[in-house]
Amino acid sequence: MSEKVLMKGNEAFGEAAILSGCNFYFGYPITPQSEIPEYLSRELPKRGGCFIQAESELAAINMAYGAAAAGGNAFISSSAPGIALMQEGLSFMCCAEVPVVVLNVSRCGPGIGGIQPGQADYIQATRGGGNGDYKIPVFAPSTIQEAIDMIYEATYLANKWRNPMMLLTDGMMGQMMEPVVLPEPRKLLTSEEIPQAKPWALSGFDHKNGQRSLIRALHMQPTDLEIQVEKIFTKYDAMEKELPAYAAEGLEGAEIVFVAFGLMSRLVREAIEMLAEEGIKAGLIRPKTLWPYPYAAFDELDFNSTKVVISTELSKGQMIEDVRLGVEGRLPVELIYRTGGVVPTTPEVVERAKKILEGLK
Amino acid sequence: MATHKLFAAGYGGQGVLMIGQIITYAAMKEDKEVTFLPSYGPEMRGGTANCTVIVSDKQVACPMIYEADILTVMNPPSLTKYESMLKPGGVLFVNASLIDLKPTRSDIQVVNVAANDIAAELGNARSANIVMLGAINRTLHLVEEESIKYVLQNKVFTGRKADLFDINWKAYHAY
Repeated sequence: MSEKVLMKGNEAFGEAAILSGCNFYFGYPITPQSEIPEYLSRELPKRGGCFIQAESELAAINMAYGAAAAGGNAFISSSAPGIALMQEGLSFMCCAEVPVVVLNVSRCGPGIGGIQPGQADYIQATRGGGNGDYKIPVFAPSTIQEAIDMIYEATYLANKWRNPMMLLTDGMMGQMMEPVVLPEPRKLLTSEEIPQAKPWALSGFDHKNGQRSLIRALHMQPTDLEIQVEKIFTKYDAMEKELPAYAAEGLEGAEIVFVAFGLMSRLVREAIEMLAEEGIKAGLIRPKTLWPYPYAAFDELDFNSTKVVISTELSKGQMIEDVRLGVEGRLPVELIYRTGGVVPTTPEVVERAKKILEGLK
Repeated sequence: MATHKLFAAGYGGQGVLMIGQIITYAAMKEDKEVTFLPSYGPEMRGGTANCTVIVSDKQVACPMIYEADILTVMNPPSLTKYESMLKPGGVLFVNASLIDLKPTRSDIQVVNVAANDIAAELGNARSANIVMLGAINRTLHLVEEESIKYVLQNKVFTGRKADLFDINWKAYHAY
């Protein structure tokens, strides 16, 4: 373990990708994540990797598809409307079982969006923004350190499952600075090592075994495509058992339980301290994975004390659908939100929560 | 120490982000919990810049603030815009070289620092932000002076800028 360094979110995300073993980055600039391609354009070529500024987001995702199909570790980043443009490629990569790590430093709102923080890409990220039957695991860091650790893990998981992995964060996380400890760099595979480490990769014809690799997102026969969909869903079933992660704080004896991820979970933690000063006990469920969603967290609720579960979002009620699925009708589920890039103040969250609580009495 | 929430604002180029970053680095060196959040949004050249620094002995919950306990304003529009953000009993540092306006509030402590004049007298007009940094930290002791010195020597005035350390260290002590 190295010592603490102070890093800006976006630069830390780029550095984490390099340390995690990503050796290909393809990107097209978009605020609020342009420091990532800027950082990687400088650092990646120095450290055995390849940086290409693509002509568009469509080009970037398809370059990543190609590089990863050939056995490289590809990392791509963009922001909300840019990620929307990449959905076709992500659907193809899920079908073709090609790994990639995707980072969405999200904008807010529909359309071109604003550059202020938002979480309105929740549905796009967790329900599959592209066509067809597929899933992409989504990780939601709440600190710069956690983002680094999640990117590091995502590179491993993308290869383990041969499936894209996504991180959902926002512009404020991208811009802020926090002290972090960087992980040890993973060793990059040499081209000689790729055929053994990734036998599925298009690393050249294996004359010894007479085997050819085939990577494709096209299955002409309906029965063949059905077999492929069932195959990738056996992976998704396993991921649903293995990947869900959350942090639960102060659920025992809590009157209110907030559910919040990323930046909002930090604001909510401050709101919980303010409510405690007024004698109201509140707890927090913080999903670290958004798909697969940690529904089991809601079995930990204190049903003797808790009167309401509040999904707290920077979107107009998107995660609340998963909260309802987790609560399963056992308690009322309410929503506190701001959207369009507006972040509520902590007292605003406290006031709204108190109103909700009073309304239930 | 408890938790200190500092908000610093001024024109772009006055070095307000640098004030925040130096405190952030120094706090990190002391193993304190710290977050630095720069002003963030569409901005024009010559426009305003600001940053929020939270230093604490426990994990910083929220990097954004709705009220500050230390407010530093380097130019007149920042005083007008952000004065209300200071918590009652908080400390306001005013760059008296550029700000003639008087704060409208009486429930706060005001420290007037003629940062630009002091820096000019020292012979380096660009050190106004370091004069202000010294005024803040020597008044409130957010971090150890040794940590500030370490950061100035090892993070800020390095390489070609190394010879600027001496005059800035004087600027730090000038108020």
